[in-house]
Formats: sequence, structure tokens, C-alpha cells
Amino acid sequence: MTADPKGVLTGIHFLDGDFACAEGCLAAGARFAAGYPITPSTEVVERFAQRIPLVGGTFIQMEDELAASIAIQGAVWAGAKAFTVTSGPGFSLMMEHIGYAAMTETPCVFVNVQRGGPSTGLPTLPAQADMMQARWGSHGDYEIIALSPSSPQECFDLTIRAFNLSEQYRTPVLLMMDECVGHMTEKVVIPPAEEIEIYPRRLTNKPPEAFQPYETDGDLVPEMVHAGMGYRFHITGLTHDERGYPAMSPVAQDKLIRRITAKIRNAAERISMREEEGIDGAEVVVVSYGITARVAQRSIELARRKGVRVGKLRLLTVWPFPDWRVREIAKQVKAFVVPELNMGQIAREVERASCGAARTVPVPHAGGTVHRPEQILEAILEAAK
Amino acid sequence: MPLTEIRVAGFGGQGVILAAMIIGKAASIFENGYATLTQAFGPEARGSACSAQVILSDEPILYPYITQPDILIAMSQDAYNRFMPELKPGGTLLIEEDLVRIHDLPNGIRIHGVPATRLAEELGRRLVLNIVMVGFFAAVTKLLQPESLRKAVADSVPAGTEALNLRAFDKGFEYGLMELKSESAESQPVDKWIEGLPH
Repeated sequence: MTADPKGVLTGIHFLDGDFACAEGCLAAGARFAAGYPITPSTEVVERFAQRIPLVGGTFIQMEDELAASIAIQGAVWAGAKAFTVTSGPGFSLMMEHIGYAAMTETPCVFVNVQRGGPSTGLPTLPAQADMMQARWGSHGDYEIIALSPSSPQECFDLTIRAFNLSEQYRTPVLLMMDECVGHMTEKVVIPPAEEIEIYPRRLTNKPPEAFQPYETDGDLVPEMVHAGMGYRFHITGLTHDERGYPAMSPVAQDKLIRRITAKIRNAAERISMREEEGIDGAEVVVVSYGITARVAQRSIELARRKGVRVGKLRLLTVWPFPDWRVREIAKQVKAFVVPELNMGQIAREVERASCGAARTVPVPHAGGTVHRPEQILEAILEAAK
Repeated sequence: MPLTEIRVAGFGGQGVILAAMIIGKAASIFENGYATLTQAFGPEARGSACSAQVILSDEPILYPYITQPDILIAMSQDAYNRFMPELKPGGTLLIEEDLVRIHDLPNGIRIHGVPATRLAEELGRRLVLNIVMVGFFAAVTKLLQPESLRKAVADSVPAGTEALNLRAFDKGFEYGLMELKSESAESQPVDKWIEGLPH
């Protein structure tokens, strides 16, 4: 199906990443948001709160991030598409409920406009240091989807993608922005509603007497119902059976956890979005994501001018991590260079996935600004030796 | 246009960010080029020195921040003191000439001054001084088509104030054209103006 034109601000705009994300939420059909203000993410919900009365929907400023991250899940089970927005400190508080959404298979979107950390860190300055928290922050075993935009245009596009993936796989999806992209203003093209693909909620057609909330009929993603549709259903963060009732047994645990991890793992190649360029014949491949990918692009151009054969692997989907692709490339290149605004998080994934076939050269940065292109260039030159 | 870095700076309330927005919008939307705008967030955005950075280019802009601006638009003394040292050698300086006193200026900088606040007051609204400055910028830098900037002004200001803001733009633009004319008159052979009227 395509987008509801009511929420789509078709046209060419000059928007910052936060506003573009808010427009992406509206275009994707989000009609409920709950949040607690935190720099540098507040503008997303400010824009949403301003626009939502015209579109028809609700924004609630909650008492804290715990409340915000569970209010959206209530809204989803009542029939809305919903999201919340935060930054590092708030993201930490939301971890419990990201796990709840994973366990209850509640489709929803969490936006994290990353700033320098740990703790309150650098509220107004960029970092990409929550990437591992995005993957592993909530307790227990689960898989997650996380996307990383490099421009305001991608903040719009990937927000829609985040909602679609959350509906398709019934999982929380994390949009991992950063302060630089969030507060950067550029041209954003919003297409007509009929050109925006929307993945509809997987509502059941079964009659109430035949429906079980977590029965999958061989598929890995169960169908949903909403409160008020006339079905009896039960949702719990406890390990549950097909009926949705607590089932405290190793058998039920095994079945449930294998399914909710497999539904993402088995689809990883379909979920993964990457931008690849110049990889065939490259000696070095730069792996990057988010704002750092733009700076890295400049470094790649500088290195090519010096005669180094450099390829680019940009991750638009950071989680699930494209192990298979990195493993393939590792067999053809001398080294990977991994610049990121943290002390080396995705670099570890690259190293793990390359299984020793190629060297990994991290280019860590503590955040607060972006790399200088020369920093990444130096690493490329060193890696090509 | 080759990659051009611009810093617009002044104090809070002068409409610094909006001025930079209009320049970026004109370049990226109405001239179909590329523009990236970033701004300082934090205490400095709420009080004394307030600044926005905008990069214009024919090609996609990769590095998001300015490194050495080609153009500095300084609307306050603070802005001048703070940002003048980073201006590129041979760069262009635009000032609110009633609010900025030039000092320690390196050789080779092109300076253009406009009493933007006064011109805005003549229009009845001091608030539109930033738009006067954008008009002045259009005339003296010739980087963007005046028509694209006028469209960007009309597209960016609050509904109902378009006419006033376009008058402000035109006023700054005309002042800029006059300034350029008098500048080229000044560059006539020296003896000519020595013989002229007292100045």
C-alpha cells in the first residue's frame, strides 16, 4: 500500500535532519508519539507536535523516557503507528522497553539522535558511540534492526524504512542519527504520497475463535490484532506460548527465542541496505555509516588521487550487520579502514566478520565533532602499505 | 559555483540563522545546487555571539562544517572580533557598518559595509535588518541570482510579512549596487579624485 496523503508534505524543502525525521514519521503513518525532551533530538517531536493536530493524531510529553518508550507500545496495540525520540541518556532509560517491544513483537520505532557520552556527556555535539548499546543494550537474547542516515534526506527516507521494517518483522527498529545530521539543514525532497511504499500492519483475517496471538503457521512473524477488534489477547514480557500466556519452561523459552531471533537473522540479507562503490579491485575498503561516511567519502577521493585503490562500503543498515558481505570482501582486500565517532565499536564487527582474512584499521574519534578528512586519509595510506 | 563557505554571525535576535537559511534555500532549492547549513547550538546560540555556517556548491557537500570561510557576514562587533581571524586570505567581509568597527584587518580582504539596521528602521521594522543584509549580500557577492534569493525570502518569512521583507531585500540590494558603483569610482586614477570635492 502507499502512504496516507494527509501526512505527506510533498515538495522540496530545506530541512534539518530532525525535522526531516518528523516528516518521515508522518509520511510513514505515525499518528502517535511520546517523548521526553532531550538535546539534540527534541526538534523531532517539536515538529511532530506542531504538525500532528493538522493530520489527526497525538503527541504526549511524558514524565520521563521510561514512560515515553512504553506509552508508544500501548498506542501500537490500540491501533496506531508510534515512535519515540531521544538521545544517549534517555536511550539508556529506554533499554528495558526496547526489550519489551522485542519480546512482545510490538512494531515501533525508537529514534536516537546521538550525542557525546557517557552519561550527560556533550549534549549539543555529535557522536556515534551508542552503536553497540543499540545492538545489545537490553538484557536477554534478541535481534535488532538499526539504521544510520548520513543526511537530512536520508533521515526522511530511512525513517519510513524503519517503520516499514518494524511492521514487516514486528520488531522495534532503531534510527541511529547523530547531532550533526540532526541539526544539519539541506534540501529534502518529499515525494507524492502515492510514491511512498508503506508496509501495512500484519492484522489477522482469522475469526476470534481461531486466532492465537503468537501462532505463526510456519512463518516466523505472527499476525496481530488491536484492542477493540473483538479478540481476546494477552501481551506479556514473560516468556509466552502461542496464546500469549506466560509459559515458564525451557521448551517455551527455546521455541520463542529461536523464533524471534531467526525472523531477523534469516532475513538479514533482505534487511541490509549498503552503498558500495569501487570495491572490485580495491586494496583497502572504508567501512562507515552516518555522518562519518560523508567525511570518509572525501578521504577516499583524496586517497584515490594519491593512487590508492580504495573502495567504499557504507552501512545504511548497521544492524543486522552484513557479516556475509564483509567476509567476501575480506578475501579480496588487504585491509578495512573503519572510521567512527566512538573508540571502536563497528570496527570490532568488521574484524569479527573478516575472520582474519584482512586487517582492520579502526579510526577512533571520541566525538564532539567529526573526523578531519586527513585523519581518515592517513589511515587509508597506512592500511594500503 | 565552486565550493563556497559562508559564515553569518551576529547577536541573538538579529535573525542570523534565518539569513543563512535563506542563502542556503536559494542555492539548493531555487538554483538546484547544493547547500549545507549548520549552526552553533548551546549557550552561544542564545546570547551574545550567534553564528550559522552555510556551504554552497555545485556538487554534493561531503564535509559538513566550514573550515575557512570565503565570506564572513558580521552583524555585530563580537561576531567580527571572534570570526574575522578565520576568514580566508583574499576573502570577502560584509559588515553591518554601524555596529562593526574594523581593526586588525589583514591585507587583501574585500570589505563591503551596509547600515542594515538603519535601512530596516527606515522601512518601519528594525527586525528585517537580516533581510536587508541578504539583499546586500546578493548585490555585492553576485554568488546567487537575486531572483532566487527573493523567492527564498518570500518562502521563509512569516506569512503576511512577505511584502515588507521583499522591500527590505530590495533596499539592501540597491544599497549594494550603489556601493559597488562608488567603489569602482574610487578605483579611478588617483589624481582624478584629488582634484575633486573635499571628502
